Amino acid sequence: MRRIPPNGGTPLAGIVACAALALSLTACGGDDDGGSQGGGTAGLEGRGPITFVTGKDRSGNLQKQVDAWNSDHPQEQVRVIELPDEPNDQRQQMIQNATTKSDAYSVLNLDVVWTAEFAANRWLVELPMASLSGGSGGSSPQAEKGKIDLSAMLPATVKTGQYRGRLYAVPSTSDAGMLYYREDLLEKAGIAEPPKTYQEMWDACDKVQKLPEGEDADCYFTEVNKTESMTISAVEAITAAGGSIIGPDGKPALNTPQARQGLEFLVDAKKTRMPKEAVTLDTEGGRRYFQSGKLVFQRQWPYQYALANEDDGSSEVAGKFAVAPLPGPDGPGVANLGGHNLAISAFAANKATSLDFINYLTGADAQRANLLATSQAPTIAALYDDPEMVKKFPYLPVLKKAIETAEPRPVAVKYGDVTAAIQGEMYDAVTGKKPAEQALNDLQAKLGPLTAQ
Amino acid sequence: MTTAPGHPASAAGSPAAGAPPGQSANGRGRKGDVQGTRRLAALLLSPTLLVLALVIGYPVLAGFRESLYARGEGLDDQGFVVEGDRFAGLGNYTAIFQGDRAAAFWNAFGNTTFFTVTTVVLETVIGVAMALIMHQMFRGRALVRASILVPWAIPTAISGLLWRWIFQADGAANAVLREQILWTADGFPAKMAIVVAEVWKTSPFIGLLVLAGLQMIPREVYEAARVDGAGPVQQFWRITLPLVKPALLVAVLFRMLDALRMFDLPAVLIGVNQKSVETLTMLAWFEASNLRYGSAAAYATVLFLYIAVIAYLFVKLLGADIIGEARRQDRGARKGARKKVTA
Repeated sequence: MRRIPPNGGTPLAGIVACAALALSLTACGGDDDGGSQGGGTAGLEGRGPITFVTGKDRSGNLQKQVDAWNSDHPQEQVRVIELPDEPNDQRQQMIQNATTKSDAYSVLNLDVVWTAEFAANRWLVELPMASLSGGSGGSSPQAEKGKIDLSAMLPATVKTGQYRGRLYAVPSTSDAGMLYYREDLLEKAGIAEPPKTYQEMWDACDKVQKLPEGEDADCYFTEVNKTESMTISAVEAITAAGGSIIGPDGKPALNTPQARQGLEFLVDAKKTRMPKEAVTLDTEGGRRYFQSGKLVFQRQWPYQYALANEDDGSSEVAGKFAVAPLPGPDGPGVANLGGHNLAISAFAANKATSLDFINYLTGADAQRANLLATSQAPTIAALYDDPEMVKKFPYLPVLKKAIETAEPRPVAVKYGDVTAAIQGEMYDAVTGKKPAEQALNDLQAKLGPLTAQ
Repeated sequence: MTTAPGHPASAAGSPAAGAPPGQSANGRGRKGDVQGTRRLAALLLSPTLLVLALVIGYPVLAGFRESLYARGEGLDDQGFVVEGDRFAGLGNYTAIFQGDRAAAFWNAFGNTTFFTVTTVVLETVIGVAMALIMHQMFRGRALVRASILVPWAIPTAISGLLWRWIFQADGAANAVLREQILWTADGFPAKMAIVVAEVWKTSPFIGLLVLAGLQMIPREVYEAARVDGAGPVQQFWRITLPLVKPALLVAVLFRMLDALRMFDLPAVLIGVNQKSVETLTMLAWFEASNLRYGSAAAYATVLFLYIAVIAYLFVKLLGADIIGEARRQDRGARKGARKKVTA
């Protein structure tokens, strides 16, 4: 056996090769049943144990809240199912559960942009909404028993839980971008107020960059890497200019002067005002960049506030920055809405319990505790004015204003396709591969069929 | 093994050497015997065939069937997705080659092919070099062998993350090169980043298989070569390479099939939906994650055919080694039989 056969290899190798080929084909086979019922508002009935499906609970606060619920409801225990960290993986697993019509998932923690897709596919139960207007004004919640009272919530967040005027999900946390700025540098440059317009922002930069401390600092950063963040930056730029990506009539509206003005702001900012490596920086990359002290202005989510203020040496800018609403072309800009909503799976068993649990988690007390533990933005308006909260989270008034005027991302059943198209074209424009005009025209053409109804 | 029953039949003096052995037998007893053996062989093999049919045959057919259907197209007046499957025939396939999607497909096709060719060529060169080093006798050989294998032992997603850190704008790669290259942004440098990471990760695989081949080469051959005055270079080209070729070809074939299915490394290192590194599997993934399972299956089928063609051409052009041994034995047996007949 010292010699290898002159014509080596074994039949087994052929089989393994076949198997490798086969795997490449089967990775994507879906199940092939088509019909489904689900959807509809009928029957929020059934009480008993349920599950709550959500991303990672890092603070441990969720488990605490669930434990409190469980000790009050021995017959209606809630079990938390944690999904992977990546939003896309969470969506995949929830969709998988829905396409197999499994009752394993009861209450779903959905990203705000998934509402349309999940609702249109009849994966969610329509929720009974108490009238928002003052029709039953002042009456106690019992007046509309079994209905969800959303009057305490910020209206912009409620919109993200709706699809075609019907409520499918209850807002539990919100999020919106704010302008982080280096208060210390602005002060040294003799600027008292944070900028309200782009021009004021650029002027402030020019002044700061003349200072010895500001020489190496880049002026501005908003995310322009080819991810969901690109969509958010594009929506913010275009809505600030008064345009929209998908108009109120549900059709793409990129062939407008406003859309063009918005995109041109992004292109110019990337070219002349942002760090050279801007296209490689994701949300965390942007945070590190700001924390290293190399940035004067930054569009970022609220979560950075606490982290950039850490005085353990991880942040060079602790205590040196403040937040303001995003600037726009001629006045305050428009932020984009993030956040999560709670919904009930159409295939869940105990829907009445699920509804109660949603009401519990989105109630004022639970949201207050959650804000304190995780600093996630609440959806209850009053919490933003609570002095105790504002003392702990000084950015709350700014954030409230941002959320009140915020616009959602395009509402589309095929959101995955829509956002991929936006990311592709906007990235090409921002990196100079295509003129802005052409990118907008191409995007208009791509979004047409994707939003056709 | 399956050719064994052929021997007694042919040896009995069958005139039709090319015909299947079972039919060529003259004696009735013999025939029954042979058939019995064949039946037994079939019986013994059937569990294997059944498992193969279940784990390979069924998924392939089910995937192909899926690719002929479409669903979830359009909304009704209530805004709900219209339910039910629609038989689309080859519609999912023709859609791949039309309009924007054709551009995306050919881009991904080009990327896949580019990654396969560049990484496999580089891996082969580096892998063979690694094997030659690992094969030498020197102190600390065990340590070198172990350390060369480390990249292969790291899960692809993890190595993708490691390289992402190396390639980020303020990462090690730029520090070493003293350049400001944006490796992780969509663009040509991203392709290079993938090639580097992939070669780093999989060269040890080729190195390992080639090392196994090297260890099978008898020492005497080299001694004879030295006696005949062959230098090291001549020895490599005339002895080492030809004798290690069967093992090397299997390794290269495996790497090619693997590289054509590349997904995780570009997805983690650069990201999905990035034109410059999008591969065919990523297109199929994108379709599936947007609930177009039929279209995803169509992409996967096209990729399947592409891989099959490449594998076939490789086996055909470069030695037919995978199944060659069995065939040659078979042919040898027939030749022997013919000689006996003519004698």
